[in-house]
Amino acid sequence: MLHRFAKFVVASTVLLILAGSLVTSHDAGLSVPDWPTSYGWNMFTFPPRMWVANIFYEHGHRLIASSVGFLMIVLAVWLWVKEPRRWLRWFGVAALAAVIAQGLLGGLTVLFLLPPAVSTAHAALAEIFFCMTVAIALFTSSGWMRGFDLEADRLPVDPVAPTALPLRRLATLTTVLIFAQILVGATMRHTGAGLAIPDFPWMFGHLIPDHWDAKIAVHFAHRVGAVIVAIAVLSTAIYIWRRDINRVELANPALKLILLTIVQMTLGALTIITARNPWINSVHVVCGALVLTMSLVITLRTWRDRFADSSASEASVARRVRLQPDEGGVRA
Amino acid sequence: MRLRNVWIGTLGVALAASVVACGGGEPSNKSGEPSAPGATPSGEKVDTSKAGTVTGTVSVEGAVPKNEAIKMNADPVCIRENKDPQFQETYVVSSDGKTLGNVFVYVKDGLGNYVYDTPTEKATIDQKQCRYHPHVFGMRVNQPLEIINSDPTLHNIHAMPKGNSEFNNGQPIQGMKMTHTFGKPEVMVPFKCDVHSWMNAYVGVLDHPYFAVTKDDGKFELKDVPAGTYTVTAWHEKLGTQDQKVTLGEKESKEVNFTFKAAGPTATNNN
Repeated sequence: MLHRFAKFVVASTVLLILAGSLVTSHDAGLSVPDWPTSYGWNMFTFPPRMWVANIFYEHGHRLIASSVGFLMIVLAVWLWVKEPRRWLRWFGVAALAAVIAQGLLGGLTVLFLLPPAVSTAHAALAEIFFCMTVAIALFTSSGWMRGFDLEADRLPVDPVAPTALPLRRLATLTTVLIFAQILVGATMRHTGAGLAIPDFPWMFGHLIPDHWDAKIAVHFAHRVGAVIVAIAVLSTAIYIWRRDINRVELANPALKLILLTIVQMTLGALTIITARNPWINSVHVVCGALVLTMSLVITLRTWRDRFADSSASEASVARRVRLQPDEGGVRA
Repeated sequence: MRLRNVWIGTLGVALAASVVACGGGEPSNKSGEPSAPGATPSGEKVDTSKAGTVTGTVSVEGAVPKNEAIKMNADPVCIRENKDPQFQETYVVSSDGKTLGNVFVYVKDGLGNYVYDTPTEKATIDQKQCRYHPHVFGMRVNQPLEIINSDPTLHNIHAMPKGNSEFNNGQPIQGMKMTHTFGKPEVMVPFKCDVHSWMNAYVGVLDHPYFAVTKDDGKFELKDVPAGTYTVTAWHEKLGTQDQKVTLGEKESKEVNFTFKAAGPTATNNN
């Protein structure tokens, strides 16, 4: 049940990221000029008839964010009360702190009229919080607690074969690169550089821009970053398929990661071709977050045996899960 | 015990959030650094009996682009208030397409240390029918600007100056008014409504009274200009700026004409 609720928080956070990206894509960040009130009203009593034009996006984002914050409080308390793994209890507290800090950053960026540094930090923390919710969902899954042992009758005390070090490093590097690429993308969005290079696949009609300024440089970095991320993703997937094809918990998300990356690059191209269509641009942001977390899932699973070594209670947790097969879990 | 710790921690963060939120306060109604009240400015006043006039016309050559159509369907009130198709006011031209409106013409430099009384009457910008009225206007440093919401819907007025302070205030109720002053000269200060993305306006803030905004006949007149040599500048939101030097003698009238060049599909006035 806890795992299911954690997955619900993950899904809610996806919706929140979509809502937030729609705010930026519609340039609606300052359409509600006050915070935490909305045009002087309490946020929760602001009349729906006033949710017009861009206010719909900004106010909707605030309400969804508040809801996710509430869900995170429930999840953190639930973990604190029911979760036997001490580190995971504190991880829940950290995720709660992250979402509170995220709310404060959102408010500050409105009050200070969207300074790019604060808005970019808001975007970055959104990704971090999303990663934390995904990690909680993963850590509470029966698959994680069994160590992804596919043989149901094996005891989960020592089921986890160590992952090869190169794969761990490669997967970790891929996740870091994706996060860096998202940071560059967020900087690009919040400095108004989304169309600094207006054509695709060429750049001002050339392979490399024939003139430069700061915005063009940021935009160019995001395009180059996309190529680097694609290479890293492909390398990770190929490594898994060649060496660990039988490890479903790695092979399946590797396939999903490849597919998501293809979709993401297509959305990036369409964002430019459509001159930043707000919905395409926003789905591009959401898909980027999904690419990041899919890579994170692979990375965490490659490090799974380290988690098993570090906590003797994992085994007892796993046993308890085995006794409750209806709990469900992420297997791949 | 652990649960209690979580709640205490959460409460602490919430309190910190409240403090930060309350610290935001109301946006300032002044931007820049206005001169101290009662300060005596150094310099002389213009002797209007010896002053001259600069007149002229702003023309446009080439095909003027069509004004962008505005889709107001994001706000039912805006739709209700505007029965006819709406267009941006970027290019306001005469019926023959030869003269250009919404051009801000002003004396850019050459005035030396003349001083001018700050007007007490208010400049006004009105949010009406989900448009700014006027779209381009001028006002003086430290002159009060009254910002009105005449619409039965919400607007935020968001000024984005570079030299003065940026501000963003909400006016959710029809009939709401607020006053703002700019403390430094700045040409131009853009305004926008973040609720209705098509709403934009520009104000030129000057420390002297020699400015005008052309109508579609392109004509302007700068009165009571003292004798001297000046740079007169014409600004248009898309076509850029043009400077011209003019030397004016006592009681003299001079004509200064500007011609902007445009390239785009031919437009008739306001569409």
